[in-house]
Amino acid sequence: MTGYFIQAFIFLFAAVVMVPLARRLGLGSVLGYLIAGVIIGPVTGLVGQETNIIQHFAEFGVVMMLFLVGLELQPRMLWEMRNKLLGLGGLQVGLTTLAVCGIAMALGVKWTMALAIGLIFSLSSTAIVLQTFNEKGLTKTEGGNSAFSVLLFQDIAVIPMLALMPLLALPELQATAVAGDDGAHGDLSLVADLPGWATALVVVATVAGLVLAGHFLSRPLFRYVADSGLRETFTATALMLVIGIAALMGLVGLSPALGTFLAGVVLANSEFRHELEANIEPFKGLLLGLFFITVGAGVNFTVLEANLGLVVGLTLGLMLLKVMVLLVLAVLFRVHYGNRWLFGLSLAQAGEFGFVLLGYAVSSYVLPEGLAQILAMVVALSMFLTPLLFIMLEKVIFPRYAQRDEAREPDAIDEQGSVIIAGIGRFGQIVNRLLVANGVKTIVLDHQASQVERLRAVNITSYYGDATRPDLLETAGIANARMLVVAIDDKTRAVELVSEVRRQFPHVQILARAYDRGHHYELQDAGADFTVSETYKSALNMGGEALQRLGIHPFRVEQVKQSFCEMESQHFDEMFQTWREEGNQTGDHYRSLFISLEKEILAAMQTDRSDRHSRSERGWTPPPKNYLDDFEEP
Amino acid sequence: MANKVLVLYAHPSQNRSEVNQPLFEAARRIEGVTCVDLYAEYPTYHINIEREQQRLLRHDVIVFLFPLYWYSTPSILKEWQDLVLEYGFAYGKEGTALRGKLFFCALSTGGEEHAYKREGFNHFTVSELLQPLEQTANLTGMIYLPPMVLFGARTAVEDQRLAEHVARWERLLKAFVSEQVDITAARQEILMNPLAELLTKELGERS
Repeated sequence: MTGYFIQAFIFLFAAVVMVPLARRLGLGSVLGYLIAGVIIGPVTGLVGQETNIIQHFAEFGVVMMLFLVGLELQPRMLWEMRNKLLGLGGLQVGLTTLAVCGIAMALGVKWTMALAIGLIFSLSSTAIVLQTFNEKGLTKTEGGNSAFSVLLFQDIAVIPMLALMPLLALPELQATAVAGDDGAHGDLSLVADLPGWATALVVVATVAGLVLAGHFLSRPLFRYVADSGLRETFTATALMLVIGIAALMGLVGLSPALGTFLAGVVLANSEFRHELEANIEPFKGLLLGLFFITVGAGVNFTVLEANLGLVVGLTLGLMLLKVMVLLVLAVLFRVHYGNRWLFGLSLAQAGEFGFVLLGYAVSSYVLPEGLAQILAMVVALSMFLTPLLFIMLEKVIFPRYAQRDEAREPDAIDEQGSVIIAGIGRFGQIVNRLLVANGVKTIVLDHQASQVERLRAVNITSYYGDATRPDLLETAGIANARMLVVAIDDKTRAVELVSEVRRQFPHVQILARAYDRGHHYELQDAGADFTVSETYKSALNMGGEALQRLGIHPFRVEQVKQSFCEMESQHFDEMFQTWREEGNQTGDHYRSLFISLEKEILAAMQTDRSDRHSRSERGWTPPPKNYLDDFEEP
Repeated sequence: MANKVLVLYAHPSQNRSEVNQPLFEAARRIEGVTCVDLYAEYPTYHINIEREQQRLLRHDVIVFLFPLYWYSTPSILKEWQDLVLEYGFAYGKEGTALRGKLFFCALSTGGEEHAYKREGFNHFTVSELLQPLEQTANLTGMIYLPPMVLFGARTAVEDQRLAEHVARWERLLKAFVSEQVDITAARQEILMNPLAELLTKELGERS
């Protein structure tokens, strides 16, 4: 028993130390687990042979992951994405598989093995890529969006791949294996002794049963459990479901991953979906982490040393090939400029499913152990290189394309408006709608082509172009405009834009959206006529709503909100000046001013209702109770 | 010695105004008259009491300029009264800030003059309808003067009565600034209109 604890401790400790470190270095958690595995395995030898057994156990994490992938797949979302999903994703997997397969066959690899390798290498790392997108805020970009479609397709494609793998089995491998350890893989099976047609019948019946049960039985079951109010029972139910399905699939000879995936899809519309996700997620995370650790621990340094050149060469070749395929697709699907490179480079690695497929391919006698080892190292190395590619994207390609983007002819602006709105994101849109609804002619500029397209699709005339470029502003008619609304996200450029326009076109009124207090002052300093902090009013409204819901009368709430605003604006100039004097930053004096403002607001809000000098409530205040005495005739 | 005149103007939809807006614009051009567009200054009705009281203290003649809405002022003027005429400022033992100031209303009505009669459509005269304001003036120690009224305001432009009324209004304000209004005589009148007529002639003769 103690032995298991020590083992578990080593695995967990390695993960706890390495994963946060890897993330901090921008490598992502998957690489963190792999490195942790390499350290406790081949480097220090803390764990040894038993990792194989653990790996089989950890593969269940993949099964859970597919269940979760299934849960995420709502038919409607899939339908909306169908073009990109099938087009981009299908072509990426198909072309990459074919290319890798062809090259492998040209190098003299047997076609079944070549096809398996192609399939394995066609996948990219969902875990690394999506996480990096999130961290770097690229999810919503055109390139990020396209990459997501491809990754989603790959995640789904894994299931038929898992089903296909056994069909590629090499008879000679199978023969040696059976001779080597007979009965080791003699899993329980319901269908082993049945004739082919009966097997098919059982399989179809099982899948149909699964779908029907998921549809009709899951709800009463979940409700029964949920009504008990015991959280852990629900967790147990979720686990029971996944494990049960995996077992059932094993019994009828289907892939457990396929089964849980199907179950996930069936439950995607269930009201218990999020509860299920929340319950399975930690198990999946842990087991997948464990799985990656075992992959890392399984790296054989002797093999690596012997084949170093081969591994590096294969990795670079593979990544080059994948990038080329992706770039061709990007051109076909009109992904533009920087986004094209983002799409191409982000998906250049092989993915964690590669390890899964490799493991499966070995156990299904598709690939020999030695080759799988080398291929696993190629997969790992390509994943290791991914953060480098992202760094290259950020440092080399995006800046170049930022210029190239500008070099793309901005839209020809064929009209001029009295108000120019720079930046048409969440903020600029509302400003624009209000103005247009009141018959004001606006010219809308945004430097994101996709944003402009989206707006044009809903009949909001807008132009692609970088408003911080003087010549573009001039074509937009800044010389004759009455007003410029600055609502661009880039804080520094917003300030530059304001001061530039203030200097060149003093007659133009400049209204600027500030990100925060400091930005507010900077914009004011640059010469904006009116500045508003983007969250101030909505936060104030939210605070007012909170007060109302706490039982304070709506009219009084409105009054204290107003007073709050007024006190802020009364102190604005003083604080602004202090900020200036302290060298455009919030120094000690500024902080003390802020504290005293807070105190003043607090005092004002708490002043007694009947106090005539109450500042929060200089609304209607009643005269004193005895005021009628004043009117007594003398 | 010159009086300082404060015109507090209340019109909630100035883009449609045919009478009050020209009157307001005319008042703005007269030296010695401070013009406050209440709806512009307090679009959210959050009236700055301190500022309004200071304004009152700085002026000798207070004028409400408004279209008659439901026999009373537009709501912001009522809000203004509720808030600004505080106990201890405008009334009460120490509320003497407004004592001795002159107060009158300049208003427009939709109905014709004959409608604002006991036997007319509106049953009450404008003076009667303005009694709450009159009593407010009394309580705060201000000297209440009769209102200056433009009846039938909706057709004033078409009937070409507006220019005449604006001229009348200008003369009246100028006369208040230069303290040429006979307060005792004015208090005898029901409306300020004939007095303004008189002033028109006087001023005309003098110039």
